[in-house]
Amino acid sequence: MDFLDALAIMVSSALVFAAPLIFTAIGGVFSERSGIINIGLEGLMVMGAFVGIVFNLTFSDMFGSMTPWISMLAAMVLSAIFALVHAVASITFRADQVVSGVAINFLALGVGLFLTREFYDRGQTDIISNPFYTWDVPFLSDIPVLGRMFFENYPSTYLAIAVALLGWFVLFKTSFGLRLRAVGEHPMAADTNGIKVYRMRYIAVMISGAMGGLGGAAYALTVAQAFSQATIVGQGFMSLAAVIFGKWHPLGALGAAIFFGFAQAISINGASWPLFANIPQVFLLILPYALTILALAGFIGRAEAPKSLGTPYIKGSR
Amino acid sequence: MFSNRTFNIVVPIVSVLLGLLAGAVIMVAFGYNPVAGYAAMWNGAFGDAYFLGETVRQVTPYILSGLAVAFAMRAGLLNIGVEGQVIVGWLAAVWIGSSFGMPPVVHVLVALLAATVAGGIWGFVPGLLKAKLGVHEVIVTIMMNYIALYLSNSVIRSVLTDGEDRTSNVAETASLAAPWLRELTFYSRIHYGFIVALVMAFTMWFLLNKTTRGFELRAVGSNPFASEYAGMKVGRNIIVAMVISGGFAGLAGAMEGLGTFQYASVSSGFTNIGFDGIAVALLGANTAIGVILAAILFGTLKIGALNMPTEAGVPTELVDIVIALIILFVASGYIIRWVFLKFSKEGK
Repeated sequence: MDFLDALAIMVSSALVFAAPLIFTAIGGVFSERSGIINIGLEGLMVMGAFVGIVFNLTFSDMFGSMTPWISMLAAMVLSAIFALVHAVASITFRADQVVSGVAINFLALGVGLFLTREFYDRGQTDIISNPFYTWDVPFLSDIPVLGRMFFENYPSTYLAIAVALLGWFVLFKTSFGLRLRAVGEHPMAADTNGIKVYRMRYIAVMISGAMGGLGGAAYALTVAQAFSQATIVGQGFMSLAAVIFGKWHPLGALGAAIFFGFAQAISINGASWPLFANIPQVFLLILPYALTILALAGFIGRAEAPKSLGTPYIKGSR
Repeated sequence: MFSNRTFNIVVPIVSVLLGLLAGAVIMVAFGYNPVAGYAAMWNGAFGDAYFLGETVRQVTPYILSGLAVAFAMRAGLLNIGVEGQVIVGWLAAVWIGSSFGMPPVVHVLVALLAATVAGGIWGFVPGLLKAKLGVHEVIVTIMMNYIALYLSNSVIRSVLTDGEDRTSNVAETASLAAPWLRELTFYSRIHYGFIVALVMAFTMWFLLNKTTRGFELRAVGSNPFASEYAGMKVGRNIIVAMVISGGFAGLAGAMEGLGTFQYASVSSGFTNIGFDGIAVALLGANTAIGVILAAILFGTLKIGALNMPTEAGVPTELVDIVIALIILFVASGYIIRWVFLKFSKEGK
């Protein structure tokens, strides 16, 4: 395998692994920018993966080749609703947001596996017959080398990148985004200016649910193609790492997610690639997490969290 | 009329009842008989000596991981990294236990100490970063969990063995096995670890309530600024709290390594002992006695659940849902308080 071939395969599989992280991390950015810590991203992805697979298995005859898209949509909607649990607990009931997030992770896996046993009588689902297939972007995929790297990927990957750009636009170029960020920085000031703090936070958490659902479904419908206990193991936490490593910025999170996607792709397929064959796998596995700690510690530029992250807003308190 | 102390007892009890009730509703909704379901769970936890032994075995690491979370929480820190600290503790204990030869009692103590130190080191890093640089401990500990998992796998594969997926068993001198107890419980995997767990629960109570250091830790936990003003070194107390918390967690790992399994193995995912520890500490209101009671409850649920599919046809995972709901309810204690106060006012 010559170098360019290897590079093309590497970049393209990195993007495959990055796509679910991108979706989820963008969701995480929205939630955290509004002041709600979301440790539950992992659980939201589990829910997305579960719904995506079950929907795909159930309706693949009815929708044919559209099935994966509609599965994504179903995962998005149901995960957004599922995220309401986190929203109600941490916004209205003032639960500790981290603890509530931990509970979300338990709950999603419990519900997913319980229902999997109910529906299929065993611990994992069948393999889906209608996954996403790679799609060559017309014209662009004909570009030598670059085409193979970037434009022969899953449709969900292109969507993820589009969503990240859209997330940046919404958060930084619309008044909705400004309000959302205001609520996360100084909820009382926002409240005095007539912004409905609770409503903004509910919306933000539900967006993170929708995005986490898309992320989980994207992983399930491309890489995993079935649902079991081992489908989502840590991708949610890695997305959370991407949120922080990306300094709570959608484009930063996009970059971080792609970078972590690389690390994942290399740790899984690296042994067969030149250059990487000699690096012990453990370093590549640990890299995303170690880098996040370093970023937090300020060795890679200071990562500054939204000011009111983690504190419930109580109307009337000073 | 309702003091905080009363609520510390009322909220967990109401939450557990609500959680179990929700479990019953789910069982009904899916066409199971909830009475049969919970009876199966009860039998699976206490039905005979074997199940009892297994329940005690499960409760043992839960007490320690619960103590780990609770101890940090008392100092105002949320240690999500107990999971990783359990893993390194497990690895360290097995390493000492399987690779060195020592006289009987000494060996087991050294292995336990190694686990405590390993867990402590894993707690030291986030503690130091929090104390010196103000980095939030939650994120660092989550990242440390994954580093622990992958590092431990790699050490098992390439240092402790030659590419194998599990280590050899620990030497008999380092084992916590209690042959007479095992015989008594029809060969369950019960071991002497529960004594370690109870001693540690007492240790935590003593440390927090009877020593100056414990007082400082609690003071820093409830108000770091006032503590600073009173001349306490907040940073140092944060580090100490994380190290001790990690030590408890490391011991929880040792329970599995030296007691239940007697070896360490490559794992693709977490043990969940640490994450369940968060539930235990939360339900136990971060007190030593509360942690013991909550650990008994969760241990019972987990082990009892294994009997539910065979005896009542209910999937084991129901219990994970119940536990998640209990955590949510306890965490939302504010609303339970509110309902209680509202009703007590109306009753007057």
